[in-house]
Amino acid sequence: MTDVVQIAIRSDSDIVMVRQQARALAKELGFSASDLTLIATALSELARNIVEYAQQGEIILSQIKQGELRGLVIVARDSGPGIADIERAMLDGYSTGKGLGLGLPGAKRLMDEFEITSCVGQGTTIKATKWVH
Amino acid sequence: MKTPILKQGPYLIASLQAEQSDTDLLELQEVLVEQVGRFRSRGVILDVTLLDVMDSFATRTLRNMAQAIRLRGAETIIVGIRPEIAFAMVQLGLDVRLSGVQTTLDLEEALAILDRQRQEGMCRD
Repeated sequence: MTDVVQIAIRSDSDIVMVRQQARALAKELGFSASDLTLIATALSELARNIVEYAQQGEIILSQIKQGELRGLVIVARDSGPGIADIERAMLDGYSTGKGLGLGLPGAKRLMDEFEITSCVGQGTTIKATKWVH
Repeated sequence: MKTPILKQGPYLIASLQAEQSDTDLLELQEVLVEQVGRFRSRGVILDVTLLDVMDSFATRTLRNMAQAIRLRGAETIIVGIRPEIAFAMVQLGLDVRLSGVQTTLDLEEALAILDRQRQEGMCRD
């Protein structure tokens, strides 16, 4: 069972759309209502970062199964300016944009696994996973 | 506009829809701040019962809205934050960001608080 959805992120209406898609995929996997909200919130932060810092990018949502475990993987990818100091970007309240600086650290807390790779001038890729408990 | 706004005596009640884009929220902010003046409203109730997500952008916009509305002479109360939304907000650290804005569980309580504040205001004058 691997269902994959790829969504281009260019504007704030794409943020709403990607949340709806993720809810539908996560619901199929059997996530609880509160987990659906946590996933949609994390996704909202990641998608908004793309629009705000890189103007455009994409989000790939996939259902995964590892033995008895089922989960949802979010990959958020852009070719924007990249993050110079990932450690600082992961601190609460640190922002170079107009946000509250809670997006990345917040999204990490809402998900079970979170990896970030970024190269200045080349872009950022974030992979976040939530498992059905 | 996407968000319906009801006028109830000296108050305005805005019912946020399930899927609000950033643009919808900014539009609501502009309309409410203007209408508070036009209707001489004393209070604004933001009903978020239907909202699917309260992320950092929505939280910041609602807080800014409440602050701007206060400068226009009215109080704002946010009503109906669902349990799962509350939990997500705490994890994101957004509960602190919303502090200063009153929240209640339902509309009835919000109306009672606004009535009480109005009466206290009148007694002081």
